[in-house]
Amino acid sequence: MIELKNVSMLFNPGTVNENLAISTINLKVKEGDFITVIGSNGAGKSTLFNLVAGTIIPSQGTILANDRDITREPEYRRARYIGRIFQNPLLGTASNMSLEDNMMITYRKGFKWLKRSLNNKMREFFRAELVQLEMGLEDRMKENLAMFSGGQRQALTLLMMVLSKPELILLDEHTAALDPKNAEIVLELTNKFIREYNLTSMMITHNMSHAIEFGNRLLMMDKGEIIFDVEGDAKRELTVEKLIEKFHEIRHASFGDDKALLSP
Amino acid sequence: MIEGILVEGLIYGIMVLGVFITFRVLDFPDLTVDGSFPLGAALMVQCILLDVNLWLALLVAFIGGMLAGMVTALIHNHLRVPNLLAGILTMTMLYSVNIRILGNRANVPVLEHETILTKVSERFSGIIPDEYILLLFFIVVAIVIKILIDLFFRTDLGMTLGAMGNNEQMVISQGVDPKTLKTIGVGLSNGLVALSGAFAAQYLGFADVGLGQGIIVSGLASVMIGEFLVMKSNRIGVLTLCAILGSILFHAVLYLGRYYGYVIHMTPNDLNLIKGILIIILLILTQAKKLKKVAIKAVVEK
Repeated sequence: MIELKNVSMLFNPGTVNENLAISTINLKVKEGDFITVIGSNGAGKSTLFNLVAGTIIPSQGTILANDRDITREPEYRRARYIGRIFQNPLLGTASNMSLEDNMMITYRKGFKWLKRSLNNKMREFFRAELVQLEMGLEDRMKENLAMFSGGQRQALTLLMMVLSKPELILLDEHTAALDPKNAEIVLELTNKFIREYNLTSMMITHNMSHAIEFGNRLLMMDKGEIIFDVEGDAKRELTVEKLIEKFHEIRHASFGDDKALLSP
Repeated sequence: MIEGILVEGLIYGIMVLGVFITFRVLDFPDLTVDGSFPLGAALMVQCILLDVNLWLALLVAFIGGMLAGMVTALIHNHLRVPNLLAGILTMTMLYSVNIRILGNRANVPVLEHETILTKVSERFSGIIPDEYILLLFFIVVAIVIKILIDLFFRTDLGMTLGAMGNNEQMVISQGVDPKTLKTIGVGLSNGLVALSGAFAAQYLGFADVGLGQGIIVSGLASVMIGEFLVMKSNRIGVLTLCAILGSILFHAVLYLGRYYGYVIHMTPNDLNLIKGILIIILLILTQAKKLKKVAIKAVVEK
């Protein structure tokens, strides 16, 4: 589906702040993959997502989508087939607009024309879809999103993204800003949607047990490199202890401060 | 007197709708307005002098304003200039353009010529009392424009424009280029402003390059007064109505200043000061209102 070939990302080249955020990564995301990505702060997880989504253009290397070169394709164009959810639950929805308006805007990707698509048929469809969230939102379709909680908004963003049928979804620690109960709900929904719609997806998480529990493939990143890539049965047999051991083995380094961040 | 206030309020109300679109819907503070208002007036007057069909002249003014707004959006989008500065650039350039359009003159009267307003007055003279003809005409014009804007913002494109003012990332995530949306939105806004200028020129009987000075402040004050009137609403129909009502109230305040200001030794030259102070007072009141809400919320939550 998506392929990264020798991709590097160098920020502020030639200055004292020069920073090699990604160093020569090769990655092939296969159709139907559900990849979890772990790594400490500064390991390059978010930069990797920014490169895939098109927020930044790599200093070197090429990015392919279905064998088409998309290295220089702007973010808004890639968004037509790549869905992304951010850590900040406010980034996926418009606060000053009603729920039904939000759903209408996100229902179809691409330029919007002078057409009024929001009719009673669409409303019925949205209502039926909202029931899946089990949050009672189907009865609040005329309310502004500013009235909804972060968890509700993140769940909505997820549903709205799934309805637009993207080929790849990027989940950038999308439950990290929520309280534990809501985080659990949103994570469960994520897993449910990914299985139900067989979505190709990548998920960054700081929670090692989540990384092990979910998905069929796991990437561990450190200092801009993918140091560990495991899938299938090998992934299923992983435990938090084994993962930490693996890190020591590869890096010959102790976790130190990172231990807190990679907490099980 | 009261008709005068209402007519002025309605004419400038069209401009206020434009300002409302950029400042409130798009969250794009656009200062092109000070140039596109006299641009509309200049284009209208020149068309009248050239005997162009008057309705076509209105369209010319609207398109002229739209192009001016698009220039601002293009400067902002492609040269990565902050939107305020992009607006000031276009506004400054328009000053020269407007003088050119007026044939190298700063002020051109059209009092002797036929305008849409004289036509309308003749047509309905005898049917409706003379003093109410223009008032009724502008009520109809304002309502038609308001309804068109309301309809626009309920289309898919209009809703996406609204979403961009709220959350640009969301629009990008939907596969829409925010640059294109800004160009459309700022263009539409300035088209309305120029249309308002075209009507103002016919009402005043002349076009003047200085006509637009401080228009943005008037527009903003009107928008704020309108917002102060009504509780927060997410219905575009309510918001546009508030903008027009705000404009009428604002002109009532100006009228009082102009005709009764002498009591406190105020001259017409002090009006711009009054406009500014009015905005500051409105800002203070709005903040107080917000603080009060927060305080009430805090008490309720306890």
